[in-house]
Amino acid sequence: MNEMSEDQVKSIPRKKQIRIALRNCGVIDPERIEEYIEKDGYFSLGRILTELSPEETIRIVKESGLRGRGGAGFPTGLKWEFALKNKSDQKYVVCNADEGDPGAFMDRSILEGDPHSVLEAMAICGYAIGADTGYIYIRAEYPLAIERLKTAITQAREYGFLGKAIFGTKFNFDIFLKYGAGAFVCGEETALIHSMEGRRGEPSLKPPFPAESGYLGKPTNVNNVETFANIPVIFQKGPEWFRGIGTDKSKGTKVFALAGKVNNVGLIEVPMGTTIREVIFEIGGGIREGKKFKAVQTGGPSGGCLTEKHLDTPIDYENLIACGSMMGSGGMIVMDEDDCMVSVARFFLDFTVEESCGKCAPCRIGNKRLYELLDRICKGKGEMEDLDRLKNLSIVIKDTSLCGLGQSSPNPVLSTMDNFYDEYISHVVDKKCPSGVCRDLLEYFIVEENCVGCTACARACPVGAISGERKEPHVINPEICIKCGACMEKCKFDAVILR
Amino acid sequence: MVNITLDGNHIEVPAGTTIYESAKQVHIDIPALCYMDLKDLNIRNRPGGCRICVVEVEGRRNLAPSCSTAVEEGMVVKTNSVRVINARRTVMELILSDHPKDCLTCAKSGQCDLQQMAIRLGIRDIPGQEYAEMSTYRLDTSPSIIRELDKCIMCRRCETMCNDFQTVGALHAINRGFYAVVAPAFEMNLEHSPCTYCGQCVAVCPTGALTEVDHTGKVIAALNDPAKTVVVQTAPAVRAALGEEFGMKPGTLVTGKMVTALRHLGFNYVFDTDFAADLTIMEEGTEFLGRLTRFLDGDTEVQMPILTSCCPGWVNFFEHHFPELKDIPSTARSPQQMFGSVAKSYFAEKIGVERKDMVVVSIMPCLAKKYECQREEFMVDGVPDVDISISTRELAHLIKQANLDLVEMTDGDFDLPLGESTGAGVIFGTTGGVIEAATRTAYEIYTGKTLEKIDFEQLRGMDGLRSATVDFGGQEIRIGIAHGLGNARKLLEEIKSGKSQYHAIEIMACPGGCIGGGGQPLHHGDASILQARAKAIYEEDRNKKIRKSHENPFIQQLYADYLGEPFSEKAHALLHTHYFDRRKRVFQI
Repeated sequence: MNEMSEDQVKSIPRKKQIRIALRNCGVIDPERIEEYIEKDGYFSLGRILTELSPEETIRIVKESGLRGRGGAGFPTGLKWEFALKNKSDQKYVVCNADEGDPGAFMDRSILEGDPHSVLEAMAICGYAIGADTGYIYIRAEYPLAIERLKTAITQAREYGFLGKAIFGTKFNFDIFLKYGAGAFVCGEETALIHSMEGRRGEPSLKPPFPAESGYLGKPTNVNNVETFANIPVIFQKGPEWFRGIGTDKSKGTKVFALAGKVNNVGLIEVPMGTTIREVIFEIGGGIREGKKFKAVQTGGPSGGCLTEKHLDTPIDYENLIACGSMMGSGGMIVMDEDDCMVSVARFFLDFTVEESCGKCAPCRIGNKRLYELLDRICKGKGEMEDLDRLKNLSIVIKDTSLCGLGQSSPNPVLSTMDNFYDEYISHVVDKKCPSGVCRDLLEYFIVEENCVGCTACARACPVGAISGERKEPHVINPEICIKCGACMEKCKFDAVILR
Repeated sequence: MVNITLDGNHIEVPAGTTIYESAKQVHIDIPALCYMDLKDLNIRNRPGGCRICVVEVEGRRNLAPSCSTAVEEGMVVKTNSVRVINARRTVMELILSDHPKDCLTCAKSGQCDLQQMAIRLGIRDIPGQEYAEMSTYRLDTSPSIIRELDKCIMCRRCETMCNDFQTVGALHAINRGFYAVVAPAFEMNLEHSPCTYCGQCVAVCPTGALTEVDHTGKVIAALNDPAKTVVVQTAPAVRAALGEEFGMKPGTLVTGKMVTALRHLGFNYVFDTDFAADLTIMEEGTEFLGRLTRFLDGDTEVQMPILTSCCPGWVNFFEHHFPELKDIPSTARSPQQMFGSVAKSYFAEKIGVERKDMVVVSIMPCLAKKYECQREEFMVDGVPDVDISISTRELAHLIKQANLDLVEMTDGDFDLPLGESTGAGVIFGTTGGVIEAATRTAYEIYTGKTLEKIDFEQLRGMDGLRSATVDFGGQEIRIGIAHGLGNARKLLEEIKSGKSQYHAIEIMACPGGCIGGGGQPLHHGDASILQARAKAIYEEDRNKKIRKSHENPFIQQLYADYLGEPFSEKAHALLHTHYFDRRKRVFQI
């Protein structure tokens, strides 16, 4: 699901979509700066440098209502203002391109398809906060994005959009790349900065915020790729235009990586306020093979699973949190009736256990214990008190963890427990997996109507678990059955099923 | 000032104060595990990692770590709400779920901060323990320190000491998540890392993850071998701290009681490293005056400043990190090693015992001494001058095992001749002491005059970096003092860049000098204990009849009978050493 060609991007219905961050992706040749300029690229930078003061620049960003697209949704203009107000001989602009959510690739697509929009935005930010150096922290696993960025930076320097005295003004700004080694937690801004400094990629306590003491102890403004990609357009079309899109508190659009059991998978960009139903059933084309929608996981591995009852919720930062999930960087994984929600929670915990940095105890040990509990439940070893423990642990991990990773990693557990408690009960009390996913909880069963009584299964069974008269329906004794599957293999009438 | 409400108490605290510190004002002691603040020494560890100190702040979404959250005007804090207590206990249960349960036999038992916290929070059960995986790591044994990382709780105190304070950089967090531990780069063993064995990681480790290599068994075996003459030497800082292991107030001097206890333990001769400290002054002082005279005479070849060389952690540090400066420190061996070579030559001959039949045990506040006594250059035919080095803590264990009540013990006197010492030898135990002792002797030899005032107050104190000037009869002698290797590094960088203004520099690896050594009773984060020990050391100095090394009659006798004069050929063979470039070892895994 990580790979998607530009053709695929185009094939997703445009209905309901507005492309701002992705406006140039698949439209221009990203390796030719001329094509970006043709789309009014670098005009915003030029106008800002020659006509606006840093304060005015920030005022426009604030007026647009743009909020951080990396997940937390902090107002971008405000963040810039903090960095501007902290006086220092040196400041930095950092672009967070450490995209780490499984299945999410919006940042990669922007960097591969429209690298100049990010460069332009970073230069604008540099002017606004008083920085002359920008870094793009990009994961080394994005070789094409890195290549295109390098090309773009070289071209921008040639055209004088980066370097000394940009647009003939006194403003100097240049951009360099820093490579990440693929740690999820380095998407957290303090961890990212530590990694840039060559230190262990783990978060530290805030305050101090990067705007006060960031890269090398200097005021630093960190924004996500998608956030930056919105900036040049805001200046082209005006903050009023941008503010006109979206909901009361969340303006503009959001790119989602739609994945899972929907007919159309891939990147979509919709105005804030679009409902989940519109995304899944109109843009996504509904559930595959006509199956029944069960849940949608938003916000990446530490988001929550939303259900039928949330389908008409307009997507914005506040609404998703109120539902027990979050915006995150825009992952959206759709699940149908065949998905087991306990397994889903276990899957995401597996990811967060792997990606925890280990600095704080609740995240380091707590997530591991959550995973172990979920694994027990999936294997039919769970007890009712495990559910209480699961819940308490989840709440404490959220309440006590140091950074956003641990503060949100129990979301998949809590949201599935809230919305699919009956599935947990089935696993724990009935030792059944209603979706037929958890192998340890499945049993081989002979469907009476299909069984012709050929006895092939009984003869194949190594432990004598199958009984029945010739030409009469046979029965498997689950007490004796060792789940080897020999009966199912032998049956020519599809009478043996797993349930 | 900021007004806050904490557990119903209205308090006013300076802006910037943490919730944790503010709570102390109203005698509320918020439990904390990773947090450590050695005030006055400028050593602070607060990664905010253990999350035991969390509190509820009204209006805040999640719980706040009190150790690192500054108060704000009007803040309402609860340190003991149901939500907080549940979170704190749950986090503690989590930490314990990944910690071995061998408390009964753990080296840290009774001194373990984690154990104390479990008691304090009343943890009686660790839910799900039977199916909880434990993170494990291989055991790493070095000449001085054992790393048993199964017991590491990632408090990162050792890392702070090793990197921020010592700038040694041997320990860092490695691996991710559940398998994160603190280890040398590339997961080398400590022995192959740039570790100096200063033992400050051990001194602050809250659990049994970092402990000293225990040699008490070897000592008992030697004492029980009738063929051996067992000689013991005790370092100056030990007497100022040993009492703490027996519940005595920090800063209580137990010199006489310790001597009696050692005699009860069965040592044939109870001697004093202070004697060797006086000897060090004779050698180092002579070397210093020699270099100084040449320097003042305009000799451009001579290396200045001279650096002290009695701290083995410091010696390891420059061998690993500044090998290009290895010709600058004094060639004088440390007091421990001077004692060993004199005991096994001069004294052994005197009492007619063969070298092979003598065992020299040292009681040291230090873990680097364990490594130092195993250095090849301090061996004769493969037999070390000092056979066994044990820490103050290990001595306490020996005394307890022998059913001795140190507190009630009567005072004993050191044996002669190697037990006689001066006040100058005693102050070796604290930062600034070695250079003060050297100054007392060098002044009198250089000027030919008797000191009017023996106490050089300008050389004392707890600041990490100090400088002072001493008037040597019109000649101004500039002295630099550093304790903590990070502070030492600053002086060394000055020397490297040719900017050093000093004639002589004293360096001690540990905070406060030997009194804060890695082998001392654990301070549990209370820096005032170190201050109390330093006070005791100076008290012992004041109480001494003789306070200048060159006036020690048994030192004079040693030179007259055996060594000739300081820096003689014999003195060179027995009392001096040379240093090695060990930097390359870092890359030889």
